[in-house]
Amino acid sequence: MDITDFYDTFFEEAEELLADMERYLLELDVDEPDSEQLNAIFRAAHSIKGGAGTFGFDALQKTTHLFENLLDHTRKGELRLRRDIVDTFLETKDMLSDQLDAYRNGDEPDQEAFERICQTLQRLALEEIGQDLESGALVASTPQPVAKSEPEPEALVEQGAASGSDLRVVALLNVGEKDRQLLVEELGQLGEVIAQEGDEACYEVTLSSSVSNDDIEAVMCFIIDTDQIKIRGADTGGAPQAEAPVAAPEVEKQQAAPAAVEPPPLASSAGGVMPDSGKPAKAKSKAKGGGESTSIRVSVDKVDQIINLVGELIITQSMLDQTVSEMDNVANSALQNGMSLLQRNARDLQESVMSIRMIPMDFIFSRFPRVVRETAAKLGKEIELVTEGESTELDKSLTERIIDPLTHLVRNSLDHGIEPPDVRQAAGKPRTGKLVLSAKHQGGNIIIEVIDDGAGLNRDRLLAKARENGLPVSDAMSDDEVWQLIFAPGFSTAKEVTDVSGRGVGMDVVKRNIQGMGGHVQIMSRPGEGTTIRIVLPLTLAILDGMSIKVGNEMFILPLSAVLESLQPSREDLYAMAGDDVVLKVRDEYLPVVAVHEALDVPKAKTELTETIAVIVQGEGRRYALLVDDLVGQQQVVVKNLETNYRKVPGVSAATILGDGSVALILDITGLHRLSREKKEKRRPERKPALEALTDKELET
Amino acid sequence: MNQTNDAALAAAEAHNREFLVFSLGEEEYAIDILKVQEIRGYENVTRIANAPDFIKGVTNLRGVIVPIVDLRIKFHLDKVEYGGQTVVIVVNVEDRVVGIVVDGVSDVMTLSPDQIKPAPEFGVTLSSDFLSGLGSLDDRMLVIVDIDKLLTSDEMELVESVAE
Repeated sequence: MDITDFYDTFFEEAEELLADMERYLLELDVDEPDSEQLNAIFRAAHSIKGGAGTFGFDALQKTTHLFENLLDHTRKGELRLRRDIVDTFLETKDMLSDQLDAYRNGDEPDQEAFERICQTLQRLALEEIGQDLESGALVASTPQPVAKSEPEPEALVEQGAASGSDLRVVALLNVGEKDRQLLVEELGQLGEVIAQEGDEACYEVTLSSSVSNDDIEAVMCFIIDTDQIKIRGADTGGAPQAEAPVAAPEVEKQQAAPAAVEPPPLASSAGGVMPDSGKPAKAKSKAKGGGESTSIRVSVDKVDQIINLVGELIITQSMLDQTVSEMDNVANSALQNGMSLLQRNARDLQESVMSIRMIPMDFIFSRFPRVVRETAAKLGKEIELVTEGESTELDKSLTERIIDPLTHLVRNSLDHGIEPPDVRQAAGKPRTGKLVLSAKHQGGNIIIEVIDDGAGLNRDRLLAKARENGLPVSDAMSDDEVWQLIFAPGFSTAKEVTDVSGRGVGMDVVKRNIQGMGGHVQIMSRPGEGTTIRIVLPLTLAILDGMSIKVGNEMFILPLSAVLESLQPSREDLYAMAGDDVVLKVRDEYLPVVAVHEALDVPKAKTELTETIAVIVQGEGRRYALLVDDLVGQQQVVVKNLETNYRKVPGVSAATILGDGSVALILDITGLHRLSREKKEKRRPERKPALEALTDKELET
Repeated sequence: MNQTNDAALAAAEAHNREFLVFSLGEEEYAIDILKVQEIRGYENVTRIANAPDFIKGVTNLRGVIVPIVDLRIKFHLDKVEYGGQTVVIVVNVEDRVVGIVVDGVSDVMTLSPDQIKPAPEFGVTLSSDFLSGLGSLDDRMLVIVDIDKLLTSDEMELVESVAE
């Protein structure tokens, strides 16, 4: 086995550690840092350093090393945290991410950036700890080890020892050359060998490892006697020669811990941003950090393969089901019982397999404290971020695609929604604005909301701006319609363009992206009280609740989420409009009629409008009446991509496999409408009066 | 002299390629057998609206949606019938799976490089760009189709072109 086989594991782990690190850094209360959090950050840096060392990623190792040293001082209280220091830490974290990415792509990280961040960290160490040193508290134990890019092993040990951490010197007494090599190799397995020197009588190995001294001794005892080993790592005096009892680091750690524990940080409004979801959430996240992880890492490909196979199983099962249902009931009752059992099991299996792909919204929400913090700082606003429903689960493919639109919406709320502190105070609101990110399930959908308590949307300004842009608007438009205007391309009511938002690009992209995921956006807003933007998304893209319809001899699937109702159109409710177009009146609403057989050229379909069935569907916020021949039934279908082997088909979003093994196309409602319009456009010059004549005839009778 | 002959022979043998021979009407065509995934009957094809007429639709190949192209229509053959002999050759082209409808599959043949003549400049319906050559075997002539180029070409409309 090659060491490169472990690269991926390391990269993934390091990525998670960095994400944790960022979360903790953001949660840190600068004035009263929680020692648990500081320790967690330190541990993350330390673990990455260990891995980087093992795999020979020098830049990453050195950066984390410096970072770790600084963090060590921080958690020992020698370095007072300030906002700008946390910012530097965050910057360092970003740099580590970049380095990690570079190594992952097989490149060397940017040397310049690496040197810059090292200098920044060293300067910070010099300035900050230098001050502390003047106060005389720590002269003995830490002679500015972080100021050097490669601290001496001695200094490292002191540091490690002082904090009860993982560095120690293992001295091998009277060990021969051959055994020694073996032992050093063994030590390399346990941790990271930082330095080694000495002769046969006394050979010293400096080791960084999370393994306890007892364990190290136990491993070495396979090769040499216990009295040939001396492990040091606990001398606080700074003299490496002074031997200390093996258990000392442990003891010291226990002593240090209670001393370092400070009262839990109270939510004070002084800091501006409080990226916190309230007390309960905090308690939960701590519990999560402490708990043993019982998950396994599986590649997405494997999961997708299982999902595909289960999809096949479901199809086979429904094929069998169809055959069995045509058989004699009495004679085959055992078979039918078996079939219903199989059906139940297959559905359960499908559900459990689908749940593998689901990941909690926390995965997305956790990146927002950073966004909010930085944006708020840039805008000079005070904003409190609250997240709700972090445990709500969403399909992984969707979570990846929702991040960008959501980030845009959050930035928008911060910039346009929430007012500056002074304005808020003048309006009688608390200076600190509140931004809520929430997620919840509703039916087969997930609802993600971005709620701010800002000024709300300004109806008059939106209308004025729309007129300016030449959009067709009227004062009679409902609020809902007015709010939807902000999704028009190039629309922005911001008085000036900031570098956060206001260019008017984006909201239309947001809407398009969300529609691309099969979802839609709703807006609720009240002047002076704030705006809620609601994203409604299907839980998964892999399975769809469908309504099967028949046109001519062909079967199609409509997404059930789009279907509102179906009815038989009566003659009085059909009106011809400007030649080709027909509208259907449904309860005082005139809906454009889209004949599926026309749009998709289906032969042998019913052409008499009153004989067809009108399915009222909603797509991109608009309603249409689709004319179909028959409704067949409702069923869950496995969505199959048409583009894998073919290409995008207008009016069709995907395909699925029916119970009889044949392929049915899943219709795309807005695409269908566009298609039928295009067809009418094309026909117009020829003036084929087919439909016109038909509808006229109908209207006459 | 002998040595060079032997070497040439070995080299030629190494360059021998196997082809799947199929018929479209009276004509015989051949494609590289390594491109062929399987051969199956023509059945259960779902029509795709607004597609060119030679794209018959899509079918379910063990859970994979596969487009079906009728080469007879594409090559403007007079008689296009679907019967018991009609078969679909499922080919694998640039990571895509496509089925092509032909009148029948007759043979697998090995052709040496000197049996393959360059294709002459001809053809309005079938541009010589899509031909790797003409294979001569006794008195038969095989039109060797470069199935990769043909199926990924713009005129087949199977693949979304980059410009779109």
